[in-house]
Amino acid sequence: MIKIEHLNYIYQPGMPYEMQALKDINLEIPDKDFVAVIGHTGSGKSTLIQHLNGLIKPTSGKIYINDIEITDSKTNMKEIRQKVGLVFQYPENQLFEETVYKDIAFGPKNMGISDEEIEIRVKEAIHAVNLSEEVLEKSPFELSGGQKRRVAIAGVISMHPEILILDEPTAGLDPSGRDRLLELLTNLHENTKMTIILVSHSMEDVARVAKNIIVMNNGSVYAHEPVAKVFERGAELEKIGLAVPQVTMLINRLIEKGAKLPRDIYTVGYATKIISDIMKGNSDV
Amino acid sequence: MFKDITIGQYIAGKSVVHKLDARLKLILTFLFIIILFVVTKPSSYFFLTLATILVILMTKIPLGYYLKGLKPMLFIIIFTVFINLFLTPGDVVWQLNVFGLTAKITLQGIKMGLIILLRLTLLVCGTSILTLTTSPIMLTDAIEAVLSPLKVIKVPAHEIAMMMSIAIRFIPTIAEEADKIIKAQKARGADFESGNIIMRAKAMIPLLVPLFVSAFRRADELATAMDSRCYHGGANRTRMKQMKLCKTDYMAIIYCGAFIVLVAIIGYIL
Repeated sequence: MIKIEHLNYIYQPGMPYEMQALKDINLEIPDKDFVAVIGHTGSGKSTLIQHLNGLIKPTSGKIYINDIEITDSKTNMKEIRQKVGLVFQYPENQLFEETVYKDIAFGPKNMGISDEEIEIRVKEAIHAVNLSEEVLEKSPFELSGGQKRRVAIAGVISMHPEILILDEPTAGLDPSGRDRLLELLTNLHENTKMTIILVSHSMEDVARVAKNIIVMNNGSVYAHEPVAKVFERGAELEKIGLAVPQVTMLINRLIEKGAKLPRDIYTVGYATKIISDIMKGNSDV
Repeated sequence: MFKDITIGQYIAGKSVVHKLDARLKLILTFLFIIILFVVTKPSSYFFLTLATILVILMTKIPLGYYLKGLKPMLFIIIFTVFINLFLTPGDVVWQLNVFGLTAKITLQGIKMGLIILLRLTLLVCGTSILTLTTSPIMLTDAIEAVLSPLKVIKVPAHEIAMMMSIAIRFIPTIAEEADKIIKAQKARGADFESGNIIMRAKAMIPLLVPLFVSAFRRADELATAMDSRCYHGGANRTRMKQMKLCKTDYMAIIYCGAFIVLVAIIGYIL
């Protein structure tokens, strides 16, 4: 479980460019959750997630991961970074080894895991991201953009984190690459019961995979609720520079026109099901 | 870690020194350096120091920035001062015998030591004035202008200046990139801080490989972008900001010229 208490973060304190990036954040993310963090550019999403594995030290406030206070200077950060895996934006830019195998093994190796165990983990990670074992002996620089990104994610999965954080993992991928990546995350979540925190700009992505949503606005938590509840507040979201998924927008329009539809529709699949049910029942749509 | 790189740091300001034509500042700085190494009389140094202090005050930049520039030079300055102090032959004013070796300080040595001290300090301060008050872009433009007479002997003045301004432009970008990669590798358990020198050098590989890859990619993309906008180097290019000498510049030329003559006369008479 992740617990954040009164977290504040100020960029460059005392300098002319001083800026409060995070303001009094209080959050609790339970185990096995799949939560999305949304917010417009500069709302503090990336700053927040970098606090969760100690890459950024808070100006004030406390963060607990499984009841261990990671903001305490005595905490062993290596241990925390093993528990909390962080996949940065464009993670393919961090690949550096000669072979994919070595690159995925980098994390576990830093953790001091035995070679036999590393081999098991690398193979398991490469399967988890739906790549074949043939890729392992290739240079990461030979792969396509989407494959590189999968390898980079595998490099974090191989550390067996309890919590996996991904910052905009679908940015710059084509639609099919995006679909496959989201599917991968859903499978990971279901198979390993990992807590997944997904930072995203895309409401469609969030609607498809997440259970709960944290809405960030100007460095504060604006809302922390189940997906359906957040998307019911479409008008409010628009005010803070966000939008609801397109299908929700469509349903809202239909409701305005007098259609009797529930307001908690935010995926195309569910919308199709509801509408076809109504049409089969010959109701007054 | 990389956020505080201050190579050729520029402090924006509105002082007279800031407003001077960059070409003029560049030439005057060169003249200043030459004078520093030509003159030998202590009295000339007195006036040079006075003039430097005056210009530093005119820049309205806190003294701390100049001292920061001196810090990395401190060892070299002290070292050369001591060498001169002890190894200049002449009239002995103080000596010490240790284990049969004689360390002696001579009157000429003290004089030489002081001159060297002033020479190096003024050198650093003088060049700092140039870099602190001139934006890197203006500076490269000035370098191009000053080098352009050499085009006759096929020195690619424009290309050199262009490369310099691109290099300077990308320092913050690459520093930011490095910061990001460091964080990403730390998240994978990389350790950049502990271990002996070999271990640390090895630990740099996960940083340097991606950094070089991205720097090359960036360079390639920039070249393509420049090509696609028909960039073709120096011939017949005009500038958005034309450099033109104005009244302040002519005043500066007159003052500096008068000062140089003064130093020359003093050096000759005294």
